[in-house]
Amino acid sequence: MAERLIELRDISKSYGQVYALGGVNLSVDRGEVVGLIGDNGAGKSTLIKILSGVVKPTSGEILIRGKPVTGWSAARSRDAGIETVFQDRALAVQQTIVRNIFMGRELTGWLGWLKVNKEIAEASRLMREIGFTSKVFTPQSIVGQLSGGERQGVAIARAIYKKADLIVLDEPTTALSLTETAKVFHFVRQVRASGRSILFIGHNIHHVFDIADRFVVLDRGKVALSADRSEVKSAEDLINFMEDVAHPGGLAGLHDAGEQATR
Amino acid sequence: MSKTMEPDLQTPLGSSEAPKAWKHPSDHCMRGFVLDNRAALGTLAVFIVMMAVFMIANPTVFTSWYLYSSVLTTLPVALFVVVPLVFVVTCGEIDLSFPATMGFASWVFALVVQAGYDPFVGIAAAMVTGMLLGFLVGSLVVYGGLSSLIATLGMNFLLRGLIQIINEGRSTALTGLADSWAYKIFSSQLYGIPVQIFWAIAFVVLSALLYNRHRFGAQVKVVGDNPDSAQQMGIDVKRVRVKVFVFVGIGAAIAGTFSVMINFTWWPTAGDGYLLPVLASVFVGGTPTWGGIGTVVGGAIGAVTVSFIQTGVVAAGLSGFYVQFFNGLIIILSLLGHKWNQARYR
Repeated sequence: MAERLIELRDISKSYGQVYALGGVNLSVDRGEVVGLIGDNGAGKSTLIKILSGVVKPTSGEILIRGKPVTGWSAARSRDAGIETVFQDRALAVQQTIVRNIFMGRELTGWLGWLKVNKEIAEASRLMREIGFTSKVFTPQSIVGQLSGGERQGVAIARAIYKKADLIVLDEPTTALSLTETAKVFHFVRQVRASGRSILFIGHNIHHVFDIADRFVVLDRGKVALSADRSEVKSAEDLINFMEDVAHPGGLAGLHDAGEQATR
Repeated sequence: MSKTMEPDLQTPLGSSEAPKAWKHPSDHCMRGFVLDNRAALGTLAVFIVMMAVFMIANPTVFTSWYLYSSVLTTLPVALFVVVPLVFVVTCGEIDLSFPATMGFASWVFALVVQAGYDPFVGIAAAMVTGMLLGFLVGSLVVYGGLSSLIATLGMNFLLRGLIQIINEGRSTALTGLADSWAYKIFSSQLYGIPVQIFWAIAFVVLSALLYNRHRFGAQVKVVGDNPDSAQQMGIDVKRVRVKVFVFVGIGAAIAGTFSVMINFTWWPTAGDGYLLPVLASVFVGGTPTWGGIGTVVGGAIGAVTVSFIQTGVVAAGLSGFYVQFFNGLIIILSLLGHKWNQARYR
């Protein structure tokens, strides 16, 4: 059996009286692509922020390679081999591509002085690796000059630099063109082929169905379904399931509810 | 492992079109340099035009060494605070408490020297005081979650008030200073040039390297640009913010000490007059107000510009009443120039 890379146990997060997550269990094994699906407000983003150390859970336990962690933070998460491509891409748009790729992980030598030439060389290599072949941009171009897809490329280049064990992609295809989306899927397959894991968050079920080995459906802060690919016949199955979860009793039930509300 | 990633690199979006002989502007040395430093170069252009106008207005005064010598004596004091302020503004904050920090740290210097210790001990004590005050102000803003504009203004009044209460307006004369080694090293003349300017230039160069070639500068820019992203990437945003205030504290301590060594006297108002000229220098220098980018060298040129306005207007034969008018004119013209010169990316 593949090594269990990361495990979130009984994670809860509340903002005052509002529960964003109520006891979620999620795990990712080595070499696995897990698709995390859920409607808006299901708690996907909160879960990702907890995994990446940006948000602290109210309760619950995080285990990395079987060992519980303490003092979990964004820096610790990255050190543990988890790289996250956030939905908002987390770029500093007035800075160069190099500075964004090495944000928080600057290549430094003596007394913290930057190894500028090494950073530029590494950035060029990464840009080529992700198929960033435009001759118009150099590693020292300002990110603000790039298109949405190109910015996504910078965020992905940053995530693969350290050969992370787990790459978390939070809605990576939002606002991307068709070709750019195809490129992201291509990237996901490359990463899996290299034996690393991906947690892919999306609300387009067809997208997730195409690439994931396992599906986790989140609904109102709880895991509503966790199923292997073999257990799910088609994307339509998943869609039906999610509709059932969202509106028990199906569309008819929805009608009734609507009628009751208007009465 | 990375081998598996290589075969398909040209697909699906890859370079189906043949690579063109396209040249990025920065491939061309000279143009790249101009583009990367346009804020600083713009400031330099303003300065050169201004000096040309002054020289035409009064050639005799503006070709005499005396004028430059006097500017070179006082300018370094401003430079030691302008440069750290570029870091603060880049980080998306502002620090208005540096005049009081100058006064407070130089007071400690004066007390130590007056007590009979070597001025070097006094300088060290002043630097430690500046660091502590910077840490205090920074922690108040960052961990107290206060607006830096208002909180540092408050700290400026508070510290200055404290100095005034304890000293009751009395100054401290340090007549023995002139014979000390510290004075020879930091405040004498070398071939007729005030030696302070060499220290200030060294400080500017070191800071410019810190800004452009050091992890500290890189993180300051990222935090000022997008603090949320910086945090998501594991940068300790609060710590970076506190550090820039500490840097201002150190710069203010050096500036205060230099001003005492120039005058052989510490006044309870030491540093007060620097608030507005120093702030003006930062923005005249081409560092925008919104954070994320800035220029240390531009700030230094801005400081030179601002110090020459004062001297220049009077020397050009205009009455002192014109100083404020020209100060304002240069600030507004510079801002308009920089606005046209730099795009803001969002």
